[in-house]
Formats: sequence, structure tokens, C-alpha cells
Amino acid sequence: MDQQVYGKPLVYLDNAATTQKPLCVIERERDYYLHENCNIHRGVHYLSQMATEAYEHARQTVARFIDAKESHEIVFTRGTTESLNLLASSLGQLMSPQKILITAMEHHSNLVPWQQMVQRCGGQLLVAPMDDKGVLDLQAYEDLLKQGPQIVAMAHVSNTLGTVNPVKEMIRLAHQYGAITVVDGAQSIAHLPIDVQDLDCDFFVFSGHKMYAPMGIGCLFGKTEWLEKMPPYQFGGEMVDTVSFEKTTFNKLPFKFEAGTPNVGAALGLETAIQFLEHLDRKAVEDHENLLVKTTMEKLSAIVGMHFVGQAPEHSGLVSFIIDGIHPYDLGTIIDKMGVAVRTGHHCAEPVMTRFGIPGTVRTSFALYNTLEEVDVLVKAVTRAANMLR
Amino acid sequence: MTIKEIQDSIVEDFSMFDDWMDRYAMLIEMGKECPIIDDQYRDEKHLINGCQSRVWLHAELKDGKVYFTADSDAVITKGIIYLLIKVFSGQTPNDILSADLSFLDEIGLKEHLSPTRSNGLVSMVKQMMLYAEAFKSIS
Repeated sequence: MDQQVYGKPLVYLDNAATTQKPLCVIERERDYYLHENCNIHRGVHYLSQMATEAYEHARQTVARFIDAKESHEIVFTRGTTESLNLLASSLGQLMSPQKILITAMEHHSNLVPWQQMVQRCGGQLLVAPMDDKGVLDLQAYEDLLKQGPQIVAMAHVSNTLGTVNPVKEMIRLAHQYGAITVVDGAQSIAHLPIDVQDLDCDFFVFSGHKMYAPMGIGCLFGKTEWLEKMPPYQFGGEMVDTVSFEKTTFNKLPFKFEAGTPNVGAALGLETAIQFLEHLDRKAVEDHENLLVKTTMEKLSAIVGMHFVGQAPEHSGLVSFIIDGIHPYDLGTIIDKMGVAVRTGHHCAEPVMTRFGIPGTVRTSFALYNTLEEVDVLVKAVTRAANMLR
Repeated sequence: MTIKEIQDSIVEDFSMFDDWMDRYAMLIEMGKECPIIDDQYRDEKHLINGCQSRVWLHAELKDGKVYFTADSDAVITKGIIYLLIKVFSGQTPNDILSADLSFLDEIGLKEHLSPTRSNGLVSMVKQMMLYAEAFKSIS
């Protein structure tokens, strides 16, 4: 974090895209490759057994972290997007759904897989609307549930707006109308405590790299009853039980969904990232991040023509904005040169931009290591860039 | 002026500024001189797919030379497309196709040349080359 860009101290505010990694995480993955590297679940030799144990221990740690009932309810994937594609593919085969309900604030990863799957099944994608502040319209959501969608997929926290959706209530309602529920936790996992049993969601997905873990590892939590019923997503390697030319039987959970050699090193890094978070006072972290969000909004609001995109009262981790007469791309380019890294554009949520009638936003997103001093640098940079661009 | 001469004069203009802020300020100023695309061409067909900002580009062949007009909703992008127009407009298709674009490095826009860069500079150049290629075959 001491790095400089263009001769200026780097202020990294693109944490919703990916967080920086703590040294302990980097060292864990390095250690694995230095001392433990081995393919798992196969060899009878010492290293293979060690690596297998470590990998399965990481799975238990994830299960504990999100309070899953069983560790076999945790499937390791490459990340949120793969988890969602796995679900769309497998549930599509299982249920051939005619209606799927999502919200208007979904990331493309929690939209396109469902859209493509429901279209293949000859069905229809329903979209629960939100208001001008970026708050989901719960009444409209419930009305849509009455149309009988088989699956409801929802963002826990919007990656563009920062809105925290009332997922527990949404899940309760969905179950009441007989739908199964998928929660996209990509943007909540680093910021909010997750308890999948308390939420009672059928599926919860997230990426490691947005919560201080390495890239290339993510998780799919699924209730046992569903994972048991679901057909495999990919075939080969780890996921089979017996194979003949006539027939293949599949391995038990969770291995049924883990075809091929997994990213063991990253899974161990994820475990270390979880331990890193668990050693911190999570409430204090949440308070600190909320303070960063609040201060950023307060200070940026002094800039003429400033509009915040996403002003839900329940808000987490990020501030998205546009300034009258200034294209987000121009602003991002200029403040980049001042050492401030933010994301500009549609943030892989084009329908959200269409909803608000804007080409994109500037998004500043925070992690626990960001400081109030960095917020000041950001505000100065945005002010200077806005003056230059007007 | 030849393409090379125009490029040299742009490089000279930019070399007056050491500070990147001033360079961007100049780019933004230059964008204001961009020959703006006629409204009838401001459509999907003339849109260049850069990820973040929209750029429309049109070209015409007059007396064996290519003339470009363009616009963008982002001012930096508009400055960049205008730089390219300044270099290529009024040149023959053959001269455009054989042009060396290293002047973009010299004025500090090299970073924008990466194919993954979201302002679509590479797409802009490619589209201009495609126009030149098309006009070459009919001229």
C-alpha cells in the first residue's frame, strides 16, 4: 500500500473490483507452492494427503465463516461468476424454470446466466424494480413473486449503488411463494457478517478476491437437499465415482461439483483471509468502512453538480457518483494521474445505468485499510479534475 | 502538410508541457476544434465500440482524399479522436494506410494504445484504417 503511481502515493479506492491482499494471505499461498504443492484427493503419498487435508480444512473454515450447517455444502469455484453459471446450468436442467425473478440492480453475472438459461427453457425473466434512491420496491417484488417464479436471484449488496438489500425478508417472502433463493454475496462478504442459516437462503455465492483472498477462488454454498438433487455442471477428474464406457456415476458432495484439479493454493489463501478477518473486530471494521462512506459523501457533496447514484439508507462499502456535464471516463482518467484509483463506467451493470439514464458513474469503493486521509486526497483530486473538465 | 509533418508539429506542441495536467488540458482544448460529425451519422452504425465513452466517426472521400468528422461524449476521448483526425484528414487512403503512429508514444499517449484500454483508441485507429481501405478500393 506504500506504492507510488505517477510519482504520487497510490490511493486505492477500487476495492469493490478486488481488494489488496494482506501479507499473511500472500505468504500462505507462497508457502503452499514452496512446501505443500501436490494434487489432492488422489495420491496415497505424504504430500498429497497433507494437501488434501489442508484443502478440506479450508472448506471447513469457509463453512464456519458463513455458518453453513455442513462443510460439504461449500463448493469451491473460480469465483462468483462461475458459481452463478454453475447454478444456472444445473438448476436449469433440474427444473426447466419458466420464470426467474431478479432485481433491477444485478451485476451482469447475476443476470446473464439466468436470462440465457430461462430463454433456453422458453421462459421469462422477471425484474423487481427499484426507486430513484436505489432502494428495491419490496411491494413490487412480492407482486412478482405471485407470478410464481421458481428461482429468485438477488444481490446482497449492489456493486454499483451500494444498496444493502433486505435479503432475509426477501428470502422469507420467496419461500412463502415457493421459490428457491440465490444470494449474490460478492459485495457483502468483505463488509457484512454472513450467516446462511439465519438468512435461510438456498444458495449463497461469493468470490475470494473481493475479501482479501487470492484471485481464482470463490465459493458456492448450497443447502444439502438442493446440491444432492442437482446434476453436475462439469465432468471429469475429481467429480466421478465410477466410470465405464457405458456409464458414469458421480462422486458425493461437494466433489460432484468440483471437476478437474482445483486451485488448492488459492483455497488455502482464502482460509488465511478468513482467519485474518476473524482476528479483527468485525463490528469496528464495519463502523470504520461506514465512516469512510459517510465522510466521502459529505465532502464530495460540496462539489457543484454532484449527484450520488445510490442513496439507499442501508448502504455499504462504496460511493457512486456523477457530476453534471462531466463524463465519468474523463474524471477517472484525470484523477488516476493524481494517484487515485477508482472505477468508472457501467460496472458490469448496464441496466442500472439505463434505469438512471446515465452513461456510467465514478465509483469509489472502500476496504478496511483505507483511511480518512485518503478520502481527503480523493475529494481534492475530484474537485481539481471537475474544475479542469468544466 | 504530410502526415509526418503534422505529427511532428503535434509532438512539438505537446513537448512544451512537462506536466501531464497541462497535456490533458491541451488535449481537452484541442477536442473543441474537432470537426463535428453531422447529426445524420450520429447513429449505431458510426459508433466505435470503446467500452466507456461513446465515439462516432464518419469519413468521406473528396478528390482522392479522406475527410473525417467525429464526436464523443467524453472530452478526453474527443481530444484523442481529434488528434487522429488532424493527422489523417485530407490525406490519401494510401498515405493513411502506411502511416506510422509512433507520435502517440512521443506525446505521452502510449498508455492509451494498449488494446485493453477502455477509451478505444485502438478501435478508433482501426476504424480510420478500415475507411481508408474501403476508399482505396473505390478510388
